[in-house]
Amino acid sequence: MNEPVKTRRVSIWRGEGETGQFETYDVPAYDNQTVLDVVSHIQHYIDPSLSYRFACRVGMCGSCAMMVNGEPRWTCRTHVNKVAGQDVLEIAPLRNLPVIKDLATNMDPFFDKWVKAEAVHHSSASRDEEMMVVLPDDAERKKADAGIECINCAVCYAACDTVAGNADYLGPAALQRAWTLYNDARDAGKQTILEAVSGAGGCHNCHAQGGCSHYCPNELNPMQAIAGLKQATTRAMLKGKL
Amino acid sequence: MIRPHRRHPLFLAFLLHRTSGILLALFLPVHFWVLSLALTDAAAFDGFIRFTDLAVVKLAEGLLIFLLAVHIFGGLRLMALEWLPWTAMQKQLAAGAIALSCFVSATFFLQVI
Ligand code: SF4
Ligand code: SF4
Ligand code: FES
Repeated sequence: MNEPVKTRRVSIWRGEGETGQFETYDVPAYDNQTVLDVVSHIQHYIDPSLSYRFACRVGMCGSCAMMVNGEPRWTCRTHVNKVAGQDVLEIAPLRNLPVIKDLATNMDPFFDKWVKAEAVHHSSASRDEEMMVVLPDDAERKKADAGIECINCAVCYAACDTVAGNADYLGPAALQRAWTLYNDARDAGKQTILEAVSGAGGCHNCHAQGGCSHYCPNELNPMQAIAGLKQATTRAMLKGKL
Repeated sequence: MIRPHRRHPLFLAFLLHRTSGILLALFLPVHFWVLSLALTDAAAFDGFIRFTDLAVVKLAEGLLIFLLAVHIFGGLRLMALEWLPWTAMQKQLAAGAIALSCFVSATFFLQVI
């Protein structure tokens, strides 16, 4: 690593559960430094009690998301130079999720909602049956493929004001996965999915502000998936199936 | 102050849609009350019509037309987003709705001034 030219003052949220405050640290500033590098530096060299979460460091696992200067980001792929205007760097736990300690949130509500949205595989065949042929350029398959690269990072969930205002709202990631499975020819639970996503916390809560699609680090478009669910549920209702 | 996670074009479109809706809702009762004057108090109604000749009132009317247009075009964009096949260019459509509203309200203003 090249020599640090200067240090950067960083505010980090410290605390357990609902109580806490920002504390400042002076961290050496390097070129090509990621936000996760900064957090790791503090934990390695300044205060080993700092809690945070990461695994892959390359944007695959989706565990390192935090609020950086008020915006949700995957910290391992976020360059400090790109986000720290005027040298301000404030790192907080992901929004809309309960904090366990410091920068680590409890992701349970986020994942529980995937199950609530029936964003789980409903098998249509047993292992003894022939494998289904799925053509990649089939129109339905393309709709399913659009959301398949979700890494469950909850960045979209943290960006969503509807989640902030309605604790029951299933949120963009769970709804997007439900839409993916709805379009998956191998999934036998289409009706179950439509019932799950059309309830009180379902897709019709979405205000189409598009925070989810704006911030998704994988450039997915949950807002589009939710629009798909809105149409599918309405069609089902008009046919008397919901 | 708009919080950082809301500083993106579609949130601003959302904000404009909601604000214009609220302002229009506040305007409507006044609008109906003035119309009712035509039936109940002709003199007061005439007085009000003269008041609307003031340039500043014309400007306010132009603003009102902008609110109405931006609410209609923004609403059409949202309805298309939800019920028509998906269009990827939502930011451009939102910007287009605002541009069209500016055009409509400016045209109105130039005609009445
Ligand atoms: S578009 Fe819908 S799901 Fe996405 S952030 Fe906005 S309200 Fe949430
Ligand atoms: S949709 Fe995007 S932002 Fe949301 S969890 Fe998946 S990868 Fe993360
Ligand atoms: S550490 Fe895995 S996505 Fe950032």
